[in-house]
Amino acid sequence: MNDRRPIELETGWSYMENGIKKLKRLLEEEDEQQFSAEQYMQMYTTIYNMCTQKPPHDYSEALYDRYKQAFSLYIDEKVLPSLRDHRDEFLLRELLKRWNNHKVMVRWLSRFFNYLDRYYIQRHSLHSLQDVGLMRFRDEVYVEMKKKAKDAILALVEMERDGEQIDRTLLKNVLGIFIEVGMGSMDTYDADFEAYLLAESAAYYQRKAAAWIQEDSCPDYMLKAEECLKAEEERVVHYLHVTTKAKLLRAVETELLAKYETRLLEKEHSGAAALLRDDKKDDLARMYRLFLRIVKGLDPVADVFKRHVESEGMKLVREVTEAAAAKKEKDAGKLSRDTGSAHEQQFVRAVIDLHDKYMQYVADCFSNSSLFHKALKEAFESFCNKQVAGSSSAELMANFCDNLLKKGSLEKLSDEAVEETLEKVVKLLAYISDKDLFAEFYRKKLARRLLFDKSASDDHERSILARLKQQCGAQFTSKMEGMVNDLQLAREKQQQFDDWKQAGEKELPIELSVNVLTTGFWPTYKAVDLALPREMVEGVEQFKEWYEGTTKHRKLTWIYALGNCSLKANFDVRPVELILSTFQAALLLLFNNEGGADETLTYADVKERLNLPDEDVMRLLHSLACAKYKVLLKEPNTKTIGKSDSFRMNTKFTDRLRRIKIPLPPVDEKKKVIEDVDKDRRYAIDAAIVRTMKSRKVLQHQQLMLEVVGQLQRMFQPDFRLIKKRIEDLIQRDYLERDKDNANQYRYLA
Amino acid sequence: MKKARSAAKEAEKISTFFNIYRDTDSDSIGPEGVERLCADLGLDPADRRVLLLAWKMGAQRMGYFSRGEFESGARALKAADAKSLRRAALGLEDEVAAPAALLAFATFAFKFCLTEPRQKVVDRETAAQMLHIALPRTEPHLEPFTRFLLEQSEYKVLSLDQWVGFLRFTQEVAADCSNYDENTAWPLLLDNYVEWRRREDAGGGAPMEES
Repeated sequence: MNDRRPIELETGWSYMENGIKKLKRLLEEEDEQQFSAEQYMQMYTTIYNMCTQKPPHDYSEALYDRYKQAFSLYIDEKVLPSLRDHRDEFLLRELLKRWNNHKVMVRWLSRFFNYLDRYYIQRHSLHSLQDVGLMRFRDEVYVEMKKKAKDAILALVEMERDGEQIDRTLLKNVLGIFIEVGMGSMDTYDADFEAYLLAESAAYYQRKAAAWIQEDSCPDYMLKAEECLKAEEERVVHYLHVTTKAKLLRAVETELLAKYETRLLEKEHSGAAALLRDDKKDDLARMYRLFLRIVKGLDPVADVFKRHVESEGMKLVREVTEAAAAKKEKDAGKLSRDTGSAHEQQFVRAVIDLHDKYMQYVADCFSNSSLFHKALKEAFESFCNKQVAGSSSAELMANFCDNLLKKGSLEKLSDEAVEETLEKVVKLLAYISDKDLFAEFYRKKLARRLLFDKSASDDHERSILARLKQQCGAQFTSKMEGMVNDLQLAREKQQQFDDWKQAGEKELPIELSVNVLTTGFWPTYKAVDLALPREMVEGVEQFKEWYEGTTKHRKLTWIYALGNCSLKANFDVRPVELILSTFQAALLLLFNNEGGADETLTYADVKERLNLPDEDVMRLLHSLACAKYKVLLKEPNTKTIGKSDSFRMNTKFTDRLRRIKIPLPPVDEKKKVIEDVDKDRRYAIDAAIVRTMKSRKVLQHQQLMLEVVGQLQRMFQPDFRLIKKRIEDLIQRDYLERDKDNANQYRYLA
Repeated sequence: MKKARSAAKEAEKISTFFNIYRDTDSDSIGPEGVERLCADLGLDPADRRVLLLAWKMGAQRMGYFSRGEFESGARALKAADAKSLRRAALGLEDEVAAPAALLAFATFAFKFCLTEPRQKVVDRETAAQMLHIALPRTEPHLEPFTRFLLEQSEYKVLSLDQWVGFLRFTQEVAADCSNYDENTAWPLLLDNYVEWRRREDAGGGAPMEES
């Protein structure tokens, strides 16, 4: 037992060789039994002994070397010859088989030689037995076969692309070899396989794309492209390495989409513009999905979208303008009240519908992308600021709101529908650059609704003001809110006046009600010095008396143009109650004298007695003598008022109704509104310039311009020329000066 | 000692010179005296060189020279009689060839036109005339600008700011307006002028005559 003689190298090795031979036979599938536990132990022990023997019999180094060589021998003997004999898919199968075999061989041999791993390898920082085994395969088999293997794989990939079924598992496993021989790094796989895959894929799709772009429509092409991309993604999942995914998809996207984007989008009957025209939402959604993958791929698509929406909008503008022009021609000569207002309504409605439609597109097809929201916004901004039939969109929208909010509106909508429409109109306001113009028109209309009790619903009025406030800021709506409040207060004041009258037992020959309005909130009205009929004078005087008793700090200015009056006229047939404006009433009352019903007054008489300008007198007389209800008779009996005409009461007038309203068409306020807004803008620009210069003290010209534009942008787009002019005006008025050393700079003068 | 005496003599000569033209009831030269002075100088009263003299003398009021203005000016120009004063005037033309001096002179010329108390602007006809006197005839913008000024109707009067702006314009902008940038702080009047020029040069021109 003690006589343990060391095992000689060759002796021990020939023992190992037997084991190795047995292993080889197993691998070659020659009839052979598996290693028994005892055989395994003996192999292991032999190595153990030979390593732990005392020098010079410690054979670790030699054994390590021979371990290495065992693989090389086997590879040379059996593996390589076999592989060289195979091609294509068969090569791949054989390679896989040999690889698996090799792994088994490494497993067994490394177990036998395991003791080396423990001490010898550690001590000398050598490659582990596993690694050695792997590296043998890599350097002697893989390096020689990799090109053929790669070619075989790529051929199969192409077959699969062309629609044939292939053995995916085989590819996955072979590629596993490429990965494993990288020994922790992907460099081998990348260089020996992936690079070629990417190049061939690019070439493949380049060929396909070149053919498809000629033959296919845009939607068909896109369908094919989408399918290809899906297939490639699947390919990665099934047998490529996950790191290949991004690079492969990028290559395919470049060939299929990036290179041909322009041609695709511009295809005449099926490109982006056509798809929009034909409402092909699915195709557009696909287009979005596909070009989302390309860097800046969506920019051209958004651009086409913008141009399409813009042209649709411009079409509406043109249609309405032409229709209005045609109607004007038709109505030439007639004193029509609202020229083309029906068209105006249609226009705003159509714009709302257009907005809804393409908002839906942005949501459904373009995934609510901000790029497309921006395109939609710019498109609307461009056509919403064009003149439509001679009016600005701001005016049209104000008129539209007026129609929605007033009583007896042509649109019979439910409360919800009205609210919804108001919400949409306010949203459209964001696209209008002249918001202050809208505000002014709106205010004018609001005034009429409030004063003539034409507002259909207080709730709707307040609701739209709330929306406007939210969208445009409190300053936008402060005056309008003031107006609505004024009316409430006015009712209270009226009550107080009535109480005072009663308390003082003051009787009036007429019923008088007065609305006291706060000047700053309401639009400016010309104060016209109407000669009040005597019947009304007393009432007005009494009210003045009462009012001055309540406050010392306020001054009343009477605007009779906004008043209305109810007169009971005793015609021959029967009395009729006439509802008219105060002006009209004053005119009729001129005939209410002792002179009796036959009194004739000339135009000049009327003008003198009323103390009104010609334009008002004409309008009034026309409404009473030439319109639907002819309560006055005119000599000569023509359709228009002449300055030499004369008038008398039409005592024979009658109507089947007991109570009729004699309308007085309002003066066209458009010019005045525009003038007022221009004036306000000048002040606003001045204020912005002074405010900016006061805080900055010294500022460059371009910066001042930018600051001012930025401050005013919410309300309107200031014209550069106008700003320049205001700057010069302020220089004249010594608010600013030009910097003496830098002519392009301004200084604030305290 | 010598210098003081010759200075005193000089001053006396100048004073005598002044007295030739002075007004009978005030210690200054009035319009009538100015006319006589110009005659003696051999210069038309509307001559540029007369205005140059007024500038050198710091004259505050068009058509008048106070004693102080005249005497200090004559002293500075070393001119105690008509002949030497004329020579000095001719020399002043050279002085205002330099841009800075020209700017100062032309600015003076504008202010000289403000004859009414608290007047701040000059009507365009006067402005056009004054430009023709104050600026050298060789100035390429002189003729087109004055023509433009009288043709357009947006500005009927000119302010000092616009005047000085134009002076700087003549010094910085090319004869064909090619280097003009309307996005800088040039007065709007000049933006309009350049636009007008561009139209004219492109062949806007005068309306065709009926043949």
